[in-house]
Formats: sequence, structure tokens, C-alpha cells
Amino acid sequence: MADNHKLEIFRGLIKFKSNEAKIWGVFIFLSIVTIIEVALGILKPEFLTENRFLAMKMLNWVFIILTLVKAYYITWDFMHMRDEKKSLRRSVVWTSIFLICYLVLIVLIEGDYIFDVYKSNYIKFDF
Amino acid sequence: MEATVVKTDTDGKTWGGGNRPLNASYGKMMMWFFIVSDALTFSGFLASYGFSRFKFIDSWPIADEVFTHFPFLHGVDAPMYYVAFMTFILIFSSVTMVLAVDAGHKMQKNKVIIYLFFTIIGGAIFVGSQAWEWATFIKGDYGAVETKGGKIIQFLNTEGERVAIADFAIELPSAREAHAEGNGVWYMEDETQTSFTFEEVKAGFLANDDLLVRTQYLDENGQPTVLSRGESIAKVVNDGKLVVEGANLKHNEYGTPLFADFFFFITGFHGFHVFSGVIFNIIIFFNVIIGTYERRGHYEMVEKVGLYWHFVDLVWVFVFTFFYLV
Repeated sequence: MADNHKLEIFRGLIKFKSNEAKIWGVFIFLSIVTIIEVALGILKPEFLTENRFLAMKMLNWVFIILTLVKAYYITWDFMHMRDEKKSLRRSVVWTSIFLICYLVLIVLIEGDYIFDVYKSNYIKFDF
Repeated sequence: MEATVVKTDTDGKTWGGGNRPLNASYGKMMMWFFIVSDALTFSGFLASYGFSRFKFIDSWPIADEVFTHFPFLHGVDAPMYYVAFMTFILIFSSVTMVLAVDAGHKMQKNKVIIYLFFTIIGGAIFVGSQAWEWATFIKGDYGAVETKGGKIIQFLNTEGERVAIADFAIELPSAREAHAEGNGVWYMEDETQTSFTFEEVKAGFLANDDLLVRTQYLDENGQPTVLSRGESIAKVVNDGKLVVEGANLKHNEYGTPLFADFFFFITGFHGFHVFSGVIFNIIIFFNVIIGTYERRGHYEMVEKVGLYWHFVDLVWVFVFTFFYLV
């Protein structure tokens, strides 16, 4: 029963021979992603810091996407989400994603609004 | 497909607890419940960090200039290297944990012991690094001046390099005497004193013509705005109020105090999770050694603690991104 792990990652691109080999493979992948993040954080390439997308530097989007990639592999392979029933997976993942996205969206919009109020000084004390 | 098979005497009795919704055992299901709620707690913290940052988007401290130290390397500018090292430690201890869980499935007791041992060591190194990071942050490095409006101004030379206040402050004769407990009926403890008073820093600043001041506000290149000598003198003389060295919950030499508040609160809460994770690991480590799970016939407890441990790693991945990278 210990052998019934799903052993392929990257949608079947790489298939490992044993669960142990898969763990080391995922570790190498996570390390590479972390090294890329740190290198980008130190170098700060200009084409990523100058262009903006949705009010944020491209570099920050790259960091956030790489973080989500790391989070996916930690959850799926280290926490064995890949081996759980689809219903358990969805009730854990989609509940969190929905609530977190909703919270982050309203809170960041509010923060931006307060920034504008401070900056333009149009309304001094009305929030 | 289940990762662990649990045999209890209620197997098969639907109304006696034998029914396993979503094919997960009771303990594992409850661990997932806990993880989801804890994830929401952490995202609440990180979202409020984002809120405050968006509120002060044009004056937020730059993490690269705050966390520049590496243990045993004095005076070397090493932004982020240490925190990257901490990230690797935590990911690696996650790997040894998942290897311990895997060995548990195969009922290989000795392998579980070795892997759990490495996990505990990794967790301890991480908590220690966190403590060092806090100590460095609290101690500060260059020192700064806080204005009457609560903003921070930092000192530069004309080449644009940071200058520590200790390098230019002039010692003035001071008549200040600390009130000791034995000297009066009414005694209140003195506030912490900085190594220089504001007057001393001001005198030193006015005496050195090549010193400039930079404000918290970021210019269009995302760098703090540097004032000219004339503006700098006006800023220090008219607005300066207090010397700040290091960071605490009220003052922060690196910029807005909210940055320090969130840093202490979020990394502290996360560090507390790591600390409790290490304690859980130690408990199950000894349980494995004395053979509790061998007798029970399965190592599901290792897997449940493992879930918690990976969750702590998962949170760190986000804290790392939002505190140090973005």
C-alpha cells in the first residue's frame, strides 16, 4: 500500500521510479526555483523592474508566480495532496484560494485608496 | 488512494466511526482542517501587511537595505543571502521529513529515526537563524533621526554612501544624571537612551559639510530621495527630534515603524510555529525510538506531524516572498 503513490510530476513529463526518487526530484526543482528568485532579487533586471502590469512591477509578478509554483509542489508532493481523493483536494485548496483572493483584493484596493487620500489631501478625515 | 492505511477495531462499522469521509482518517482530516484555518490566519497577517504597504507605497523601506548582514561577515554587504540560506534549511528539513514519512510507510524504524533527527536539527538551525535575524534588526546598523512628524531621515556622504551617526556625532558635555531607585520616594524607570542625543547628532551634522540627508520618500527610480546640503540642514534643524538606533515596536531606523511591527509579528508568529513543530518532532522522535508506532502497526502520527511541518515551510515560502523579495 505504500507503493501506490502517483510518481509523475509536470503532468507526466517526468516519472520517477520510486517515491523517494520523486522527493529528491521535487527538492531539486524547488531549490532551482529558489535560486532563480534570489538571483532575480539581487540582480533586479531592468526590463522586469521598468515594465508594469496591473499596477505592479513585472519582477514582483515573477516572484509571486514562482512562489505559487513552489507552494503547489510543496502541497502536492510533500503533503501528499497528489495522492488524496479529488474531493479532499478541492475542498482544501479551492476554499483557501477563494477566501485569500477575496481578502487580498478588498484589502489592497482599500490600502491604495487610503494612499490616494493621503497624497492628494483632498479629503482630510473621512474614512 | 490513501497514503497511510489505518486499522482500527471500528473498521467497517459506518456508525461506529469506521466510515472515512474523503478516504482520509480522522486525524489526518482534522490536521487538514487545522491547516486551512491556520493558512487563513497567516494570509490575514500578510494581507494586512500588504494593506499597510499599499497605504505607504511611496515610502516603504527597501528590504535589500534592511537585511544586509551575514553571520561572521562584518561589514560585508550581503543582502538576502542569509535569508536564502534559511529558506534552503527549511526546505531541506521538509525533504527529510517527507523521507521519514516515506520510511514510516515501509515500517523502516531506523530510517525514520535518522530522518526525523535531521528534521529536528534543520528546524533548530532555522529558529536560531530567526533569532539572529531579529537581534540584528533590533540592534540596527547606521542609526537615523526621527522627525517631529514621525518620519525617518538617514545620513549619506556626498558619494551617496550611508554614514553611521556614531561616525560624525560630536560629544557634548551633558548634565544628565540618571535617577536611581534609592534617591527618591517616587521612582520611575528611565527610558532607554540612545548612544547620542539629538543635539549631538545635529552638531556633528552641521560641522561636516559633506553630509547629506535622505528621506523615506522614494523617487521615480524607487530609491529614497536625497536632499541637497541646504535642504538637508533645514530638514535636520527644523524637523529633527529624536535619534533612533535599531528597531522596536515604536521606532524604526529603517523607515516606517509599521514595517518593524509586521516584521516582528509575522516572522515571530511563524517562528513560534517552527518552534512548536520542533517540539512535536522531538515528541514523535522519542515515540519512534521507544517503538510506540511499531506496536501500533502504522506511522500515521509521523505523517500528521509531517503535514504540519510542511505547512510551516509553505508559510515561510510566502513570508520570504512578501517580506524580502517583493
